[in-house]
Amino acid sequence: MSSTATPVAQSAPEPASPGAGTTPDTTPAGSSGPAVLEHDVPEPAAPTPADQPGTGSTARKAATDYADYRLVPARHPWRWVGTAVVAFGVAGIAWSLATNPRWEWGVVAQWFTAQSIVNGLLETLKLTAISGALGFILGFILALMRLSASPLLVSVSWTFSWIFRSTPLLVQMLLWYNLGYLYEKISLGLPFTDVRFFEAQTTTLISQFAAAVLGLTLNQAAYSAEIIRGGILSVDQGQLEAAAALGIPAWRRSTRIVLPQAMRAILPTAFNEVIGLVKGTSIVYVLAYSELFYTVQVIYNRTQQVLPLLLVATLWYIVITSVLSVFQYYIERHYSKGAVRTLPLTPLQKARKFLATHAPATRETTQERGTR
Amino acid sequence: MSTSVLPAAGAHEALETTAARESTRGLVEITKVRKSFGATEVLKGISLTVEPGGVAVIVGPSGSGKSTLLRTINHLEKVDAGFIAIDGTLVGYEVRGRKLHELREKEILRQRTEIGMVFQNFNLFPHLTALENVTEAPVVAPRAGKPRLSKAEALERGLELLDRVGLKDRAGAYPRQLSGGQQQRVAIARALALDPKILLFDEPTSALDPELVNEVLDVIRELANSGTTLIIVTHEMGFARDVADTVVFMDQGQIVEQDTPEKIFTNPQEDRTRSFFSKVIEPAFNI
Repeated sequence: MSSTATPVAQSAPEPASPGAGTTPDTTPAGSSGPAVLEHDVPEPAAPTPADQPGTGSTARKAATDYADYRLVPARHPWRWVGTAVVAFGVAGIAWSLATNPRWEWGVVAQWFTAQSIVNGLLETLKLTAISGALGFILGFILALMRLSASPLLVSVSWTFSWIFRSTPLLVQMLLWYNLGYLYEKISLGLPFTDVRFFEAQTTTLISQFAAAVLGLTLNQAAYSAEIIRGGILSVDQGQLEAAAALGIPAWRRSTRIVLPQAMRAILPTAFNEVIGLVKGTSIVYVLAYSELFYTVQVIYNRTQQVLPLLLVATLWYIVITSVLSVFQYYIERHYSKGAVRTLPLTPLQKARKFLATHAPATRETTQERGTR
Repeated sequence: MSTSVLPAAGAHEALETTAARESTRGLVEITKVRKSFGATEVLKGISLTVEPGGVAVIVGPSGSGKSTLLRTINHLEKVDAGFIAIDGTLVGYEVRGRKLHELREKEILRQRTEIGMVFQNFNLFPHLTALENVTEAPVVAPRAGKPRLSKAEALERGLELLDRVGLKDRAGAYPRQLSGGQQQRVAIARALALDPKILLFDEPTSALDPELVNEVLDVIRELANSGTTLIIVTHEMGFARDVADTVVFMDQGQIVEQDTPEKIFTNPQEDRTRSFFSKVIEPAFNI
């Protein structure tokens, strides 16, 4: 249909080139009977012979042929005004940060890479990595339990999330650390008998580190279970049906079919959680565990340079978060395959495209129009 | 062994030869099946037999229970009463003495690998390529009487199947990058990958643009000659007449009438059937 219609439309404005242009125009005019049997031909061609003698043909030429025109992009003057205002504000803040001596940047620089601070930083990273990983693994299991058909698993999972989301992390942390007060020994054996496979003093078992990891992990698991469950629920039910109809086993259905699709919904919130966790680790200072925040506190209690040292910690948290954000961008991009027809450009590709399109603009636009 | 059926041969001729060749493969017996969703009874005692290699096309107004019936055959829906047997084996249950034991998940999955299903909305896995969609199940699904395929075997078979539906050159494409008709053809290849005895089609062309319908119907038409039992729910009456050896008309959870396409389209016995066909078949139908 369209294949017969387009040459007519294209050839009409180009009477100068006789080769392709004349054939469709002359067919109805020359009235070669059997050729006109096709439905499409008379309709677009019919006005042509009538218009030819008058002024109509020139009007039509102007209306359809834009190939040689220059493309002028839409202007956004208010964006430039807004940019100026924002730039002014940013410059003001930067100026004050640089010139106000009370920020004591010299002290910040002095402590920023000090050995004790770096050690504290590593502890923070260690806590984040371990409790983040364990928390999300446990959270995934809890989410699957919650979505399973077994009423037992559903209620266990629900209760877990209920308890750990209802109590302050600070309290959980202190409770784990003081578990030795509640239970002197921890043992594994048959209940109500004297059979023991394993027994240990609670205080030796639960160190500051163990209490910190335990508290952060369990708390994280409760939250990530809900995030993962939300992600799983966002996947179309038809996907599960198709997988079930193909006989794909339940575990494989979860990990291969549902989870990768759920990831798109899970990732933004999950990274929120991980970033929260990085800073949330600072709460373990109550256990006198020497992560970044506790280390900083110890130092400023000694030197009285409170604000510069808090700034040191802050800058490190910003660095970690920034690195995580880059990871987030690329991981989200990875999981968007299949969900979008073409992957969004990376910042690097965007920069390249910007440079490419803004140098020789005219050529590119005409080419693009040509392919349409 | 008489081998390949000529594509030029008529559907019914071909069916006779394949049915004779493989008489024990893909007999579907549905007996007095009932199913309710809440207070609504959607299947009110359905009985239907589809011979091995047969092509049954189920037609009827929406809400008549066609899709539900189809989904009970591979146990995606559990029936409330009645039973469904494939080659004499109950679907979803095991007979032990005088008791019916509900099968466990793994056994049900095994049964399902013998019953391919093609959905209205394709339900391709969007994060996997066309080829990965086709090769996923044969590698991981527990198969009845057949070993799982190795990755390499599945890959080879997957390409073969994509070739069969005319999409070998699109093997690396993600579903989003394919047209609706192409997606549905991949879905058919995916269902074929387990080499099922029975194929269920749940309105396979309803989500397609009119111009894409035929490319899917052509693939199904070819399958009708392959000896696999096909049960097809569709609104394409011309296709039904063309490919079916039994047309089943359902309304309000019951089978109103079933017959050969020639008889049911030209001389329906029931008023309900007649009024339905008069609405869905336009006058210019007899091409």
